[in-house]
Amino acid sequence: MIRDITIGQYYPAESVIHRLDPRVKLVGTLTFIISLFLHRSFLMYLVAAVFLTIVIKASKVPFRFMIKGLKAIMVLLLITVVFNMFLTPGTPFIRIWKLTLTVEGVKQAAFMAIRLAFLIVGSSVMTLTTTPNHLTDGMEKGLAPLNKLHVPVHEVSMIMSIALRFIPILLEETDKIMKAQEARGADFDSGNLIQKAKSLVPLLVPLFISAFRRANDLAMAMEARGYRGGEGRTKMKPLIYQKRDRMAYGVLLGYLAVMILVGRFAPF
Amino acid sequence: MSIKIEHVSHLYGEGEAFEKKALNDVTMEIPDGQFLGVIGHTGSGKSTLIQHLNGLLKATSGTIYYNNEDIYQENYDMKKLRSKVGLVFQYPEHQLFEIDVFSDVCFGPKNLGLPQEEIEARAKEALEHVGLGPDFYKKSPFELSGGQKRRVAIAGILAMEPEVIVLDEPTAGLDPKGRDEILDLVAELHQVRKITVVLVSHSMEDVAKYVDRLIVMDDGKVRFDGTPREVFSHYKELEKLGLAAPQVTYVTHALKEKGWDIDTDATTVEEAKNAILKALKRPLKKTVSEKTDPGKGAAL
Amino acid sequence: MNIIKAVKLAYEYKRYGEDGQVEETLRAVDGVDLDVKKGDFVAILGHNGSGKSTLAKQINALLVPTEGTLYVDGMDTKDPEKVWDIRQSAGMVFQNPDNQIIGSVVDEDVGFGPENMGIPTKEIWERVEESLRSVGMWEYRHSSPNKLSGGQKQRVAIAGVVAMHPKCIVLDEPTAMLDPVGRKDVIRTVRALNMVEDVTVVLITHYMEEVIYADKVIVMDDGKVVMQGTPGEIFSQVDTLKKYRLDVPQVTLLAYELKKAGLDLPAGILSIEELVDNLCQLKSNM
Repeated sequence: MIRDITIGQYYPAESVIHRLDPRVKLVGTLTFIISLFLHRSFLMYLVAAVFLTIVIKASKVPFRFMIKGLKAIMVLLLITVVFNMFLTPGTPFIRIWKLTLTVEGVKQAAFMAIRLAFLIVGSSVMTLTTTPNHLTDGMEKGLAPLNKLHVPVHEVSMIMSIALRFIPILLEETDKIMKAQEARGADFDSGNLIQKAKSLVPLLVPLFISAFRRANDLAMAMEARGYRGGEGRTKMKPLIYQKRDRMAYGVLLGYLAVMILVGRFAPF
Repeated sequence: MSIKIEHVSHLYGEGEAFEKKALNDVTMEIPDGQFLGVIGHTGSGKSTLIQHLNGLLKATSGTIYYNNEDIYQENYDMKKLRSKVGLVFQYPEHQLFEIDVFSDVCFGPKNLGLPQEEIEARAKEALEHVGLGPDFYKKSPFELSGGQKRRVAIAGILAMEPEVIVLDEPTAGLDPKGRDEILDLVAELHQVRKITVVLVSHSMEDVAKYVDRLIVMDDGKVRFDGTPREVFSHYKELEKLGLAAPQVTYVTHALKEKGWDIDTDATTVEEAKNAILKALKRPLKKTVSEKTDPGKGAAL
Repeated sequence: MNIIKAVKLAYEYKRYGEDGQVEETLRAVDGVDLDVKKGDFVAILGHNGSGKSTLAKQINALLVPTEGTLYVDGMDTKDPEKVWDIRQSAGMVFQNPDNQIIGSVVDEDVGFGPENMGIPTKEIWERVEESLRSVGMWEYRHSSPNKLSGGQKQRVAIAGVVAMHPKCIVLDEPTAMLDPVGRKDVIRTVRALNMVEDVTVVLITHYMEEVIYADKVIVMDDGKVVMQGTPGEIFSQVDTLKKYRLDVPQVTLLAYELKKAGLDLPAGILSIEELVDNLCQLKSNM
């Protein structure tokens, strides 16, 4: 059923990675991505691979969940590889029909593929081990300094967490409305583009009306429970760095240092 | 004309971790012209079952015959089936979308590709049958009361001239008077338009008054199937399924337990009143027995 | 002491036309006098559109009276300074369980009210545990609200209000969208809060079976209070209730019909046991 779709694909498990402060995971993911673009060196990617494998093992999330994200971008990945292989100028390697495969191209394609794959798997580690809410919290707290620049950080993260709560509800509602209209002979599948767009009216009108009603109700419920913005609020689950978070920052720093060194002294 | 359901099962999320059998080998027949009540708690499979009747959901296994035609055979006209088996969902808010009541009711017949005059004639007739006169035609469906919205939703289905009308909890959220009005309307449609009615409800009191036959769903299976009085005689088992028989059933059974010589078949206030008045004149029985007669069981 | 006191309370909705002029006024609440004693269980009945929801929103200061006065725990709801204190003293549970749960996890949702009140973190946790236990939802504290049944969601919503330590809870048709099992659970929870924790309860409903435990029943029609009394007193007037688009529990109706047929039964019988006992007494006297 549609309600079983988990947004943000969180995988519940008890692990060190799950328990880490979301800010650490956000910073960690960013660090990992940056490290991939420092230099182009196979040794570096080997270090990154080892690091990623250790983190995945520690997260207790089955490996197949990690590569799920890869399947989604497989086409994009293939296109990138093919384009890079054939369109990079350099020493000819093999000629196929009118296309020239170059040594540089193959190298370039391999780098691109590895980077993209690592990037996806690396971000999956974060989304699989952190609940969307926790992630929102981490962003709210991590971006708190922006408040001084009058960026409404609290409001934005409140909007995000409410959206996360209501997406499954609205998906389910979409399903119900579609069925109700199909029962009246509506056809959402056939016809050309214009006909299809037109056929969406009976779906979208009730959906929007319902969404507005829900928004209205929710605003009232929040007011009734004393909500009046971020000021003066306390936190039930405040984010406080633990020992493990400080250690994780240490590990990240170490990883970055190794990557920089490898990139500098083994550049191939 | 009838609907025949043969060994129908329905799995949600097949092959995944949360796989759930919403229907488990259901076999039943809904003959032409019947007023059928379907009862069961949330998650019992009753909503899944009715969505099979017009092909909105496809059975994982098993077959459904409408007028002896297999609806799963190739090239079967699903659109036509949906116009013949009209399904009114629980919340009218899920289907009302047009600018006014009249155009909304026209949506169904329009999808059937009928000529404009025919569409309008059908819409007028349907609105008349649900008791909404011409002064409602140009009103926005969103300004109406809950009961009126439901009438428009029912008219929207009636305008497709179905042979069977299936109503999913048509009284949810209505006040007592509104509830009675909608149920009376459905009963009237059954009589005047001679259509088969399938009424899904939580309320035993509601269905007891109207239906010819009652089926009780639990865990994807049909647990009881019979006349309301046959089904309610199993009131103790119904309670275990999270359902309850009408209050009057409890009254007559409690009196019987106290030694009264009373007919416990009553399912409505009127029947219970007559049974009690009659029993008052009869002497008390010596034996105190509560067991229901095994012969008239409707349990499956 | 009265926790809610209304004097000639009125509320008018205004609909504005495109030119900004008042096109239509609707008096949803019209001259209501009301006294609710501390610790009472008060039920408000009325058909859809009788003004009962508007009254409820006024108690929570979501709507401010257009005429008359309403005091909640001694505070005038018209006083803008007191709005947040009033909302804390009189918590509110709404009809649609989905549209009032804010958190993505049960315990976070219950903590939402106390967070808004600025309660220290440690105490929030104590309050969350205590209120989730009091509605019987403690085991579900880590669940997503989307996976709960309607009745369970409403109990979470009630816990969310209880965690704010209100003196009074107003429930606006909390069972209208639930199935019979969920309905029973919610009403049982509300009764327990009223009896054990001594929270004043104002229950708005149109399910007659839910009000038989109330200390006082108020019937509203067209914005006015038209009947007031104990459940027994109210339910003995079957014909008057029908006039207001309401009905009575089936067993009450049966007793009423039997009485009309000449049996010597007391008026306003509310439960199966009561009817059976009375009938047995009648029979033994024959």
